Amino acid sequence: MPVVLEHLGKRFGDGAPVLDDVNATIGKGEFVALLGASGCGKSTLLNIIAGLEPPSSGALEVPSDGAAFMFQDAALFPWLTARENIELALKLRGVGKAGRKAKAQELLELVHLGTAGDKRPHELSGGMRQRVSLARSLAQDRQLLLMDEPFAALDAITRDLLHDELERIWKETGRTIVFVTHNVREAVRLGQRVLLLSSRPGRVVQEWAVTEEHRTDAGLAGQLTGVITARLREEIRRHAK
Amino acid sequence: MPSNQTPLAEAPSEPTSPQHIHAALTRTSTGSEDLRELESGLDSLQSDAARKNRIDWSRVLLPIAALVVLVLIWQFYVSLGFKRRDQVPGPMDVLGQMGVLWSEGKVQESVWTSLQRGLVGFVISVAIATPVGLLLAQVAPLRRAFGPLISGLQVLPSVAWVPAAIIWFGLTDATVYFVVFMGAIPSIINGLISGVDQIPPQYRRVGTVLGASRLEMALQIILPAALPGYLGGLKQGWAFSWRSLMAAEIIAVGGTIGFGLGSLLDQGRQLSDMAVVMSAILLILAVGILIELLVFAPIEKRLLRSRGLLSGSTR
Repeated sequence: MPVVLEHLGKRFGDGAPVLDDVNATIGKGEFVALLGASGCGKSTLLNIIAGLEPPSSGALEVPSDGAAFMFQDAALFPWLTARENIELALKLRGVGKAGRKAKAQELLELVHLGTAGDKRPHELSGGMRQRVSLARSLAQDRQLLLMDEPFAALDAITRDLLHDELERIWKETGRTIVFVTHNVREAVRLGQRVLLLSSRPGRVVQEWAVTEEHRTDAGLAGQLTGVITARLREEIRRHAK
Repeated sequence: MPSNQTPLAEAPSEPTSPQHIHAALTRTSTGSEDLRELESGLDSLQSDAARKNRIDWSRVLLPIAALVVLVLIWQFYVSLGFKRRDQVPGPMDVLGQMGVLWSEGKVQESVWTSLQRGLVGFVISVAIATPVGLLLAQVAPLRRAFGPLISGLQVLPSVAWVPAAIIWFGLTDATVYFVVFMGAIPSIINGLISGVDQIPPQYRRVGTVLGASRLEMALQIILPAALPGYLGGLKQGWAFSWRSLMAAEIIAVGGTIGFGLGSLLDQGRQLSDMAVVMSAILLILAVGILIELLVFAPIEKRLLRSRGLLSGSTR
């Protein structure tokens, strides 16, 4: 099992706990959508899995080589071209100079940007930047890929396409993906499993399986989206004063 | 009824494509080829068409026009005759004096001496200040300890070091260089530190996620990210070294110190020759402008353009 979370808790200083007793198991090659309203500690949980922050309590098991990470903003380095951004990730991983060039081109082709490699980030559209960012996180060559609302800032047309794109790449590369989002439709569209995180403190309160039928049958997918939305709202209503 | 309106689509009685598309809920493309085509269409819609670079003549003509206007005002003021001509010489008097100084070889000698010193002093300052600045920006205890001192040194006019330098090094080039260093080094260090401070924290996180070591982080991520601020520091460092140099040359004359622009200025003062003084001031100004136009402006423009930071500015 690449990721096992046991009774995981996190609090900053003396404040109220952000995460409390989070339990989850994520299998190899699985695509898990982590869903929750704002302030449920989704990003904190991702940071803990990535090793960027330590948990306050509980235990977790993650791959020893760490995880690749994709941020909400593309976070590409503006002084490098798309290709060089990917090559930097390869370089920091210790790939030799000759290997870098070929691998970077291969990754650019994978995200359908084979001809845009020499453009700078500011010359690319938001969707293209996120694809370069995806290629860069794949360049890290980790089995586990963590994604923190990577499509939240994109327009709807681009986002729909990138959903197809991400699904295709996930199938081609066999990565384990943990995808954080506050968008129920996105969670249902992408995840094989949707985990709902409660807010303050964050805790996994329910989970749903999404089958291949949901990918092609809009009625089925819509139904599931409705069920999950209702449960999410119930969770939000709890905080009404 | 003739109409050029696009016909309204009929409500679909039967599906037009073999597959219904329910965006956001299900797969929206019909396969890898379809996806590639859709994406490439969207990419070309969302990217700006490349803009052509052409020479913008207003960049050249406007500064020249401004210069002409200033010289005309100067000439007009002189021709009113409020002051004696030897106290306020006109543009033509100064130009004539400049010609005399040129034929004596003094212009060439003084510009060359000063420029050479300024550049050598500046290059050495950069070589010292860059590693020190990077170290201070990256190591918190060092920065807390020395930061205030460096900021203070930047505020301290480097001319204040001239008397001390003359006592330590006598009337030699060492005095001049010492004063230049004390002017340029703190300001380059400060520029680099403030450049590092302005780096979006996201870049460091990306560096950490990508597995950069401390040294890799400093050289591959921090330094390039801080480049715009660093360049600002270099510009200011050059200005400080040029100013300090002039101050040192005016105050410390004689000994083995060569004949620079500051020395020319001081000579004009001693001879009460206002035309020489004005010539020296204009030469000092001209060198400053030329370095800015020929060295810093092109580098800065390239740097900002490559990062997409130029659009909308008045440059």
